[in-house]
Amino acid sequence: MVDTTYIFLQHYWWFIISLLGALLVFLLFVQGGQTLIYTLGKTEMERTMVVNALGRKWDLTFTTLVTFGGAFFASFPLFYSTSFGGAYWVWMAILFCFTLQAVSYEFRSKPNNFLGSKTFEAFLFINGLLGTVLLGTAVATFFTGSEFSVAKINLTNLANPTISSWETPWHGLEAALNLHNLSLGLAVFFLARVLALLYFMNNINHDELFARSRKHLLYNAVPFLVFFLTFVIWLFIRDGFAVNPATGDVFMQKHKYLLNLIQMPVILVLFLVGVVLVLWGIAKSLLKPYTKGIWFTGIGTVLTVLSLFLIAGYNNTAYYPSTFNLQHSLTIFNSSSSKFTLTTMSIVSLLIPFVAAYIWYAWKSINTKKIDEDELKNETHVY
Amino acid sequence: MEHFDLSLVNWSRAQFALTAMYHWVFVPLTLGLSLIIAFMETLYYKTGDQEWKRITKFWMTLFGINFAIGVATGIILEFEFGTNWSNYSWFVGDIFGAPLAIEGIMAFFMESTFIAVMFFGWNKVSKKFHLISTWLVALGANLSALWILVANAWMQYPAGMNFNPDTARNEMNNFWEVLLSPVAVNKFLHTTSSGYVLAGLFVVGISAWYLLKGRHILLAKRSIIIASVFGLISSIYLAFTGDGSAYQVAQKQPMKLAAMEGLYKGKEGAPLIVIGVLTPGKEYNDDKEPYVFRIQIPKLLSFLGYRSGNAFVPGIKDIIDGNYTYTDQDGKQKVALSAEQKIERGRIAIQALADYRNAKENNDSLGMAYNRRLLDENFEYFGYGYLNDPKSIIPNVPLTFYSFHIMVGLGFLFIAFFILMLCLIYFNGFKISRWLLRLSILMIPLGYLAGQLGWIVAEVGRQPWTIQDILPTVAAVSRIDSSAVQITFFLFFIIFTSLLIAELRIMFTQIKKGPNDGGK
Repeated sequence: MVDTTYIFLQHYWWFIISLLGALLVFLLFVQGGQTLIYTLGKTEMERTMVVNALGRKWDLTFTTLVTFGGAFFASFPLFYSTSFGGAYWVWMAILFCFTLQAVSYEFRSKPNNFLGSKTFEAFLFINGLLGTVLLGTAVATFFTGSEFSVAKINLTNLANPTISSWETPWHGLEAALNLHNLSLGLAVFFLARVLALLYFMNNINHDELFARSRKHLLYNAVPFLVFFLTFVIWLFIRDGFAVNPATGDVFMQKHKYLLNLIQMPVILVLFLVGVVLVLWGIAKSLLKPYTKGIWFTGIGTVLTVLSLFLIAGYNNTAYYPSTFNLQHSLTIFNSSSSKFTLTTMSIVSLLIPFVAAYIWYAWKSINTKKIDEDELKNETHVY
Repeated sequence: MEHFDLSLVNWSRAQFALTAMYHWVFVPLTLGLSLIIAFMETLYYKTGDQEWKRITKFWMTLFGINFAIGVATGIILEFEFGTNWSNYSWFVGDIFGAPLAIEGIMAFFMESTFIAVMFFGWNKVSKKFHLISTWLVALGANLSALWILVANAWMQYPAGMNFNPDTARNEMNNFWEVLLSPVAVNKFLHTTSSGYVLAGLFVVGISAWYLLKGRHILLAKRSIIIASVFGLISSIYLAFTGDGSAYQVAQKQPMKLAAMEGLYKGKEGAPLIVIGVLTPGKEYNDDKEPYVFRIQIPKLLSFLGYRSGNAFVPGIKDIIDGNYTYTDQDGKQKVALSAEQKIERGRIAIQALADYRNAKENNDSLGMAYNRRLLDENFEYFGYGYLNDPKSIIPNVPLTFYSFHIMVGLGFLFIAFFILMLCLIYFNGFKISRWLLRLSILMIPLGYLAGQLGWIVAEVGRQPWTIQDILPTVAAVSRIDSSAVQITFFLFFIIFTSLLIAELRIMFTQIKKGPNDGGK
């Protein structure tokens, strides 16, 4: 008998994961900004302003990444065990560069910091470049697939009880050599820079930085659009990993992801509105001195990424496909936690609006004015 | 056992231990210092005395330096469950993942949001809102600890779940049993209170250095009073929660207790070793005396472990050989199985799982029902099925024994230290001799040492299990090359060590500068 409550919970948690993923991509503006410190900041004070504008937000991005990982573990543990244990090098590289980031803000400007402030700035750059490209590349495998196998019966094999195995010795590095994956990785990288530039225009009160941000907005928006369109057009024309709802069998279906959008019109609207908002924020900021572009492009980013995640997992689609054996692909049904656990976590998730509200309130209360030179000269906690 | 790549298992364990130990260098100070800062700011709020504000901001600066690196090591721990222990992630992800997700939603965001207000809000929000934010940072930090410790406690004592052969994993069936299991409650209280003690030692030690140097006298005196009171209460509480933890170990993990005490042969009215030296090369089944030297208190181990001075405490040999009487979780008297019998029962459980799944594929409902019953009857020994040698259930006895005894000794030393400090302040004012001030500085590394030793007791003492009795490390590990883990181990080692050096240098510089320089 079909358990509709369980199916609803699996869809609900895929939505939560998608939302966290979408918020994370938006918050990667911190990473994008880290690759622009020297491009924008020509004096020490300008660089300090850029770093401090980002430094007050790094922990929010970091916490979202941690929560994204924790929520994925809790709701779809088979993904966690298969992807993390298999695509070892990609995830380790991501972890390394986020570890370097976490301390760099706090340590950068402190005297006697052992490695020197330039090293910590280099750490921030590495995190900004690799963190965005690799996260984008890893997420692209949701559409392109990876070579892994999953066999729960292995648990009864005393000599080799491992359930999930990566079937290439590259352990995730191969994903970065796939052009379709890479197009999303680079799109995320340039999007993060675009968002960062819009954020600086909104958050820092400094004429030269504003003008330079606006100039670089164009240089980054163009490659972003090229890579984003490459990824999306390729996605819509490629075959997708569909699931037969009656048997659970996975098969290749022509234009599956485009069909998903058409068959789920609400998500199509989300996607289109998202793309329009992204473009609107960029275009308006390019055409005239405008400080609110981050809100349009930021919200647009969340909606677009949310809709991309949703078409990866909804409408009988395998969200983590295995190209080694299609039938080993992960769906929101075969990889999720039990109904009891999803129910328990769903009750806890009712706190999310409350959490979002206090984050909003707290940030609003300390962000009443933009960062400027005077504030940094008088502030006791400076990065 | 020869089938498994033991090098992979050992390197994976080493990498996880490295990350966890570095993480625990930074986290305990965060737990305790956040509370001490909140107390100090409360005094500023109540009195309006600017000196309290200056004191609060000084300790807050040290808190900030320490906080970031704790976060950095924490994310790696979270993801290493997947990268290095993939079988574990599926086998228990249904239970283990939930506390991690709740931790993220409930605690991490609280901590990271209000830490921003705490650092940047001094001139932007009201005094009251700032104070509330500081308390919420302390609450968030301690809530973060709650959820991960619940998850760890579950690995020591799996409760509130059952095994589902259809999904080949354990599934949660009672959230409250997971959250409020006696092991979880004791682990949370004992671990967080150890962080409070460390923070007390840290603040007293640095303040003592200022008194030695004759600088920042008012800050030092006020800080010593606050931290000594906080430290004394916390260290006494730590002893009580330690007793609770050891009691739970005796009930749930008798092998760990035996290793903690170097007890090879069980006895009624077992003594507690106060100080001891183990006989090198001692095997569980030889006739060598286990101790070269010992000072012991008669019957105390029986009393602490079973609340009866004459209770039987099984030793390592008894647990391997079985055939002793014990009381199970439901209060029933049972005769213990030998390790070999448990391995046999584990193999039956694993084979029953295989047969159940085959029967299911063949639509054989009778076969399914038979094997399901067989599996359920033997599941409590499931993990033993992966082991070949009964001896493999013995953890590293010397490491567990010495870690436990040094940790306990340090715990009592801390109580004596805080009492001495408060007595001297009460009866002598602040005329504290220079040797005691120097000793106060030495207490800081001892506080760190005690915390690390505590985790060695908890984790090394649990070996060979990732989850007590149901999943050994050899069956939990990811299928990757051990050379890959070696590379990441050394990369992490280099990064963590560099960052630790950077942190220490920044911290020492900031302490030398003192409070006048704020956070700059």
